[in-house]
Amino acid sequence: MQRIGVFVCHCGSNIAATVDVKKVVELIKLEPGVVHAEDYQYMCSEAGQEKIAVAIREKGLTGIVVCSCSPRMHEATFRKAAEKAGINPYMVEIANIREQCSWIHKDMEEATKKAVILARAAVAKVNLNAPLKPGESLVTKRALVIGGGIAGIQTALDIADAGYEVDIVEKTPSIGGRMSQLDKTFPTLDCSACILTPKMVDAAAHEKINIYTYSEVEKVSGFVGDFTVDIRKKARYVDMDKCTGCGVCQEKCPSKKAPSEFNRGLNKRSAIYTPFAQAIPNVPVIDADYCVKLKTGKCGLCEKVCQAGAIDYTQKDEIITQKYGAIVVATGFDVIKLDKYDEYAYSQSKDVITSLELERIMNAAGPTKGHLERLSDGKAPKNIVFIQCVGSRCSDNRGKSYCSKICCMYTAKHAMLIRDKYPDVNVTVFYIDVRTPGKNFDEFYRRAVEEYGVNYIKGQVGKVLPQPDGQLLVQGVDLIDNKQIKMEADMVVLAAAIEPESSVRKIATMLTASIDTNNFLTEAHPKLRPVESPTAGVFLSGVCQGPKDIPETVAQAGAAAVKVVGLLAKDKLLTNPCTAKPDELLCNGCSTCANVCPYGAISYEDKLINDHGIRETRRVASVNSALCQGCGACTVACPSGCMDLQGFSNRQIIAEVDAICR
Amino acid sequence: METAAKQADLIREISGVNPYKCMKCGKCSASCPSYNEMDIKPHQFVSYVLHEDIESLVNSKSIWKCLSCFACVERCPRDVKPGKLIDAARQLVVRQKGQDFLLADEIPELLDPDIPQQLLVSAFRKYKR
Repeated sequence: MQRIGVFVCHCGSNIAATVDVKKVVELIKLEPGVVHAEDYQYMCSEAGQEKIAVAIREKGLTGIVVCSCSPRMHEATFRKAAEKAGINPYMVEIANIREQCSWIHKDMEEATKKAVILARAAVAKVNLNAPLKPGESLVTKRALVIGGGIAGIQTALDIADAGYEVDIVEKTPSIGGRMSQLDKTFPTLDCSACILTPKMVDAAAHEKINIYTYSEVEKVSGFVGDFTVDIRKKARYVDMDKCTGCGVCQEKCPSKKAPSEFNRGLNKRSAIYTPFAQAIPNVPVIDADYCVKLKTGKCGLCEKVCQAGAIDYTQKDEIITQKYGAIVVATGFDVIKLDKYDEYAYSQSKDVITSLELERIMNAAGPTKGHLERLSDGKAPKNIVFIQCVGSRCSDNRGKSYCSKICCMYTAKHAMLIRDKYPDVNVTVFYIDVRTPGKNFDEFYRRAVEEYGVNYIKGQVGKVLPQPDGQLLVQGVDLIDNKQIKMEADMVVLAAAIEPESSVRKIATMLTASIDTNNFLTEAHPKLRPVESPTAGVFLSGVCQGPKDIPETVAQAGAAAVKVVGLLAKDKLLTNPCTAKPDELLCNGCSTCANVCPYGAISYEDKLINDHGIRETRRVASVNSALCQGCGACTVACPSGCMDLQGFSNRQIIAEVDAICR
Repeated sequence: METAAKQADLIREISGVNPYKCMKCGKCSASCPSYNEMDIKPHQFVSYVLHEDIESLVNSKSIWKCLSCFACVERCPRDVKPGKLIDAARQLVVRQKGQDFLLADEIPELLDPDIPQQLLVSAFRKYKR
């Protein structure tokens, strides 16, 4: 029989205001095995933990039940306290009487009754607990960063600077990401390329960083400290070692009909291409969908003009298998598709563009060489209208429910840059709210209004009507003046909502990392663990976790790197001892458990079994406790009831149910 | 006549609209082709219901100037759909009066496959006066 101590926490008034803690103490003392029970204001405090230690010493306790918050919050705290006082940490059970009781009930009598029942179940379980000892697993001292934008680059640089090997996997032909497509950055208006390209070069030159561009993660297995990842290096058809990056192939390529991804499809590129001049690596790829040679077998011009002999039409995709201790997701974002927003005439007029397209138009390396002009006729615009919140803050089924966070600032930036460079252009911004929290952000927006004369109108645009003469009739509302406005514009710029890059769902599934309804990756704790995924060993960096601007992304990238370094600095990790264990006498070797195990942790072996004096060799299940995650699927599947989960045995769970139903 | 609060409840019930969802973007008024004819503008309809001033709504010109084109219903990003509120206010009035000007029997003749059904229903209600 165990000697159990029960400790009931008030959690200030969080629990005590709804649960009569004194009554819980009084009633739980009557339970079999309970030799000690007390309540305290904050069990998690040092004084509270000391109470547990004193009771263990003085009453000779062998098991502990703490009635408090969720085990996700403080189970580790109380296990550590018990271990320090000399009992096995797995002899501690938590009865969650906060999240699952006091917070969700109002009636004190009912809540107290429930708290007693929850405590009783925990006592019943501890009565059957056995001491468990965690195993150890080795840590592979190498990190994988998925995504080579500013988030991925910064995370990789910070991990590498701490002395660990990092691989970046980037699916496009170059690192740089969305930031490389931007012209200027707010609120300082420095040129995006000027601050990004040095970082790209740093990453490429770093001896600890290895970059796989034009590559995608194909398969992930393993667990924290010991992931095995298959990376598909897509066929580039160009030998990266031989290519000198001279660019002659791109000039000579006769197939120049592919839409340039980098310029958002606003102009064309050749079939053999680097996305932009500062691409890293400066090695082109051949787009098989547009290459005449790969499609018809004729042409081969790039091979003829390549002095280095780097073109190789026979290249195949290559799979690289590598081990990692930690994985960082930094997959970034894209702007939403606007096909559901017909009222803004995006698909009807070339002069209705997204803000990201405007970035390319304003950029010296863009489709118009940096000249602000209409894409339809090349004329200089005189009136430009910006429309905010296109697809953001929507609760209909067309858009996103969240605020995209960056649009107010980049629109102020665009408006200001246009007014600065082309003072005779009228700029009007239709807004719902201007949201500019951030250092020097509101000042920046006010400057657009006060110094640059940008016309901000509180109200939305209802529709944009392309006119026969090529003008755009904008019909909006000014809610302050209470007037409907009809104005002609030469260009309309839509602040389209941002959404996580579409590949993130596939990646999250491979990593078993949780993801929300908007495809943003979920953090382990929204306030206290914002850069960790609930899946151990998986970390989050940048917009894949939620909308954010460049300064926030860089800060989060650094935070994720610190978490990775903290993990890689360890030689060994303690594994969870709550793993499955077969009773070899009962096992009939049917393989059902191995088939349902999602972690491949169960194998079969022929073993000499002594079954009540009968010695014979039988095929029995064997669990690799380093791979087992304790999900319990095998215990339910096993037809002979031989699989059991340590710490959550069938007997323990039935005892809990019995205690609740008593 | 019921109390203002009861009338506001009735409008919410008839329209099925939750005016609290409004974020005051004004896209309804920006979309409205009949805006200049109206004394109470589409976006104001939402706040009149919120403030339970139904008296002003039922006495407004707007409920008869609304074309039931549903541009505001279609484009509202928050699913507030002011056109439905206007429609509900119209119904409040219609329910108190009698006399159908648009008879159900005449509807099939007016049918055009491109007309949304709900628009027909609205027109039917509107021209009852």
